[in-house]
Amino acid sequence: MKEKPDVLQGTLALMVLKTLDVLGPQHGYGIARRIEQISGDVLAVNQGTLYPLLLKLENEGSIASEWGASENNRRARFYRLTTTGRKQLQTETRDWKQTAAIIARFFEVKAEDLP
Amino acid sequence: MRFLRRFFIRLSNFAAGRRADQRLQEEMAEHLALQTEENMCAGMSPAEARRQAALKLGAVQAIREHHHSEQGLPLAENFLLDIRYAFRMLHRSPGFALIVIATMALGVGATTAIYSVIDATLLHPLPYPNPSELVRLEADLPGVGAHEIGLSIPELRDLQDSGIFQYVSLSFYGTNNLTGSTQPASISSKSVSPSYFAVLGADAQLGRTWDPHDTTPGFLPEVVLSDGLWKRAFGADPNILGKSLRLDNDVYHVVGVMPASFRDQGQTSDERSTDLWAAAGFYGDPAPPPMRGTRFPFETIARIQPGLSPEAAQGRLDALVASLKKQYPGDYPPEGAWTIHLTPLAETLVGKVRQSLILLFGAVGLVLLISSVNVANLLLARASARGREMAVRQALGAARMRLIRQLLTESLLLFVLGGITGFAVLFSARKFLLEFVPESLPRLNDISISWGVLAFAIVVSVAAGTIFGLAPAWLTSRLNLTATLRQEGRGSNGSRRRSRLRHALVIGELALSLVLMVAAGLLLRSFWDLFKVQLGFNPTRVVAIETSLPNPNDPNTDTYRTATQEAVLLREVLRRNRTIPGVEETAVSDRAAIPLGHSQNDLRAAPLFREGQEVKSSQPPLIDTLIVSPEYFHLLGMTLLRGRLFVDQDVEDTPLIAVINQAAARMYWPGKDGKGEDPVGKRVRLLGRLGRARPDWTTIVGVIADARTESLADAGIPQIYLDIYQRPAKFLAFYVRGQVDPATIPAQVRTQIQSVDAELPIFRAETLDDVLSSSLSVRRFSMEMVALFAATALLLAGLGIYGTISFLVNEQSREIAIRLALGAQRRNILKMVLRQGLALAAAGAGVGLAGALIVSHLMAGLLYGVSPYDLSTFAGVTGVLTAVAIAASYVPALRAMRLDPITTLHAE
Repeated sequence: MKEKPDVLQGTLALMVLKTLDVLGPQHGYGIARRIEQISGDVLAVNQGTLYPLLLKLENEGSIASEWGASENNRRARFYRLTTTGRKQLQTETRDWKQTAAIIARFFEVKAEDLP
Repeated sequence: MRFLRRFFIRLSNFAAGRRADQRLQEEMAEHLALQTEENMCAGMSPAEARRQAALKLGAVQAIREHHHSEQGLPLAENFLLDIRYAFRMLHRSPGFALIVIATMALGVGATTAIYSVIDATLLHPLPYPNPSELVRLEADLPGVGAHEIGLSIPELRDLQDSGIFQYVSLSFYGTNNLTGSTQPASISSKSVSPSYFAVLGADAQLGRTWDPHDTTPGFLPEVVLSDGLWKRAFGADPNILGKSLRLDNDVYHVVGVMPASFRDQGQTSDERSTDLWAAAGFYGDPAPPPMRGTRFPFETIARIQPGLSPEAAQGRLDALVASLKKQYPGDYPPEGAWTIHLTPLAETLVGKVRQSLILLFGAVGLVLLISSVNVANLLLARASARGREMAVRQALGAARMRLIRQLLTESLLLFVLGGITGFAVLFSARKFLLEFVPESLPRLNDISISWGVLAFAIVVSVAAGTIFGLAPAWLTSRLNLTATLRQEGRGSNGSRRRSRLRHALVIGELALSLVLMVAAGLLLRSFWDLFKVQLGFNPTRVVAIETSLPNPNDPNTDTYRTATQEAVLLREVLRRNRTIPGVEETAVSDRAAIPLGHSQNDLRAAPLFREGQEVKSSQPPLIDTLIVSPEYFHLLGMTLLRGRLFVDQDVEDTPLIAVINQAAARMYWPGKDGKGEDPVGKRVRLLGRLGRARPDWTTIVGVIADARTESLADAGIPQIYLDIYQRPAKFLAFYVRGQVDPATIPAQVRTQIQSVDAELPIFRAETLDDVLSSSLSVRRFSMEMVALFAATALLLAGLGIYGTISFLVNEQSREIAIRLALGAQRRNILKMVLRQGLALAAAGAGVGLAGALIVSHLMAGLLYGVSPYDLSTFAGVTGVLTAVAIAASYVPALRAMRLDPITTLHAE
């Protein structure tokens, strides 16, 4: 059985931010679940690693958290994107797209394209 | 930004000991519950659903650890743990800790002490704003060998208008008689250009100073007081401004008081504690009219324009000098090659002691190095004792980096504790220690044990701890696990590298202490040679008491205007002084003639014109001019070689006469064939102070033998002596020789002087022996200090070699026991161990001698009468080092010799 690829170092933070941007406030389990769903279950988030990352993002001021009630009315910690986080997401998205575009061009290049 | 925010949150969590473990627990519980529910929805059994959920979450403990380290600062936490552990280790071996801390306290304390002196003198020599802009100007005529000829008022104005400087100021330090208070006092005063305080960038705490652009001729009627004089003589009178005071019979009024923190600049501590400043235009009465050729040999200081480097300023100054020479060719004949040179003021103040201080700092640095090496050695010795501990820790999974970090923390703790102890001892003993610092050191009063010095001590300890803790930590943590554990840490296979390092360290220690001992030996020899030098005069049982006559600006109010008027006073005081019980001989001279006395700023050098000798330019050579009474030569035991000395019949109305010393005869009357011609009967003309020419010819009547009255190190300085009954002097020194008590004689002389003139102050009474010894004070200080450091270094090196040999004997005890059991002679065992000690000493001496040659070459300028490569010093020091090495190895060697083979082998 082929192992599912680990989340690239550093990209998990971007995924968390994007998830919160699209879906609004979420608790930890929700975020982990969405990331799995969006990646089409190809990507396995070792779900536990999410929590230290969430704390890091919170310490950096990109997200904020507060207690709230979950779907089945239990106490859960909800994370939401802050203004700083939104800005960070924008710049990182742009950077990522740029990098991806460059890499894509390298893959498409053929010998005859080059002068 | 984000990084900083994260860091501060973590820091505050760490500092407050906040933990969010509870929150994580709850979150994870919720996570598991949600996942389990979902799994059950997907059709798993409750147990399987929980199991799968837990699997998906991952290792809870690892997550918690990650979470925890994200929350706080793991490095800092570990550091605290290490510190706590290190303290526990110290507690467990207090003897070891005590030795290490004491050694480091010695090294760091001594280094910090010298640093505090350097901090005050070399690093912060000028307590003024933007001190780098302050320069001293010096005009020379190198073409005729004349230096520091001074500047004239027109030249000063040219400099002021050149745009190179913000302000330029002349200053002349002296003493004045302040009268009107209970006891007439001599106060140190400075006559300065009105721009003086503007140059320094200082302002009054009360009132004002002068307008820096004031160009009034003569003296301004306004004076500025120091805070000290204001409090001492005027009881800190808040209404002092506008009040008048009498200085040398002239009336001035006070316009300002300088702040208590203000210290004047100057070469001597007397000058730096100037009490009063008077402003003068330096032309017009009492000074001559402003002529370009009328120069004042005064100190000129200036503040260059901000942003201009001293080099650039010198460049523009050279251009100015060139254009002035073109403009006034008559005043600057080309053969004189007139130049003006500027030097940063800070350099001129500390120039003389810089070399001594750097030498001391170097010496104390070596002591620090040796103590650090010693401690490193001790740490290494302990490393072998802790081999098992390290092995167990590694076996239990401690990473090597982690062990190194912990060992380094331990040694850093020791070094820093040592440094703090050293600083604390220094701080509590600072009053006592400052007594040893010679008074002639510039800015002595500003030496303080400040925060900067504490920071220095800590930085030095941390640096030493890191450098000298790293190697032992590295070697301690590097071991072969199985071998060490099996041999229970006593095996020597892992310690081979360690013992090689220990040998290198001991050799280094011995070499460093040899260097220090050579430096101390050379300084001691120089000092001894200077001390034993043939003075050419006899200072024993002579006390010099200074006084000064008023020197009013208006000559008509001067009661001692002519030599005849002054002679009445002098002869009467001398007659009365002879009646003091115990006094055998008396004499009087001007202050400049006090042997080895306060020579600076006395303006003793005067231009000398010789009859019949062509003077190449308008600038004749300068000669030291001393004004003395006839008894002076006999009182000081100076020998007449040719001609005669002064007699009582030489007075103002008889032809002017002078006596010169042999050096002057050699230099100025060399004769045509170089054999020397007889200067007796030759005539000279001497220019007086303030450039006022005295046209009278003076006949040389005698030649005396050279005496080291000017400088102990220099026998042959040309001097000319004039008769005080022909040339009046204002600053006087009365001498008495005999069985007198130096403590009471000043009061007795004061009574005699003031019974003749009640307005004359008495100050600074010293025996010539004291003057002599204080002229050696900086030399003595650096010699004593270096000798002390060398002794410390030798002691430490001895301890180092003792420790190493003891360790070797311990390690080899099995081998020695086997040898003894097989019938080895005990004497041979002794020899074997001693040989090891000697080998170390020989290697140390070899390295040390090479280093000592370099160091002694560098300190050649501080030596007197001894070659920097003096063979006997080098040989003697090497001998001492070898003796110490043998003595230090002898005790462990004896122990080795007396080893009982049976018990030793059984014990193994």
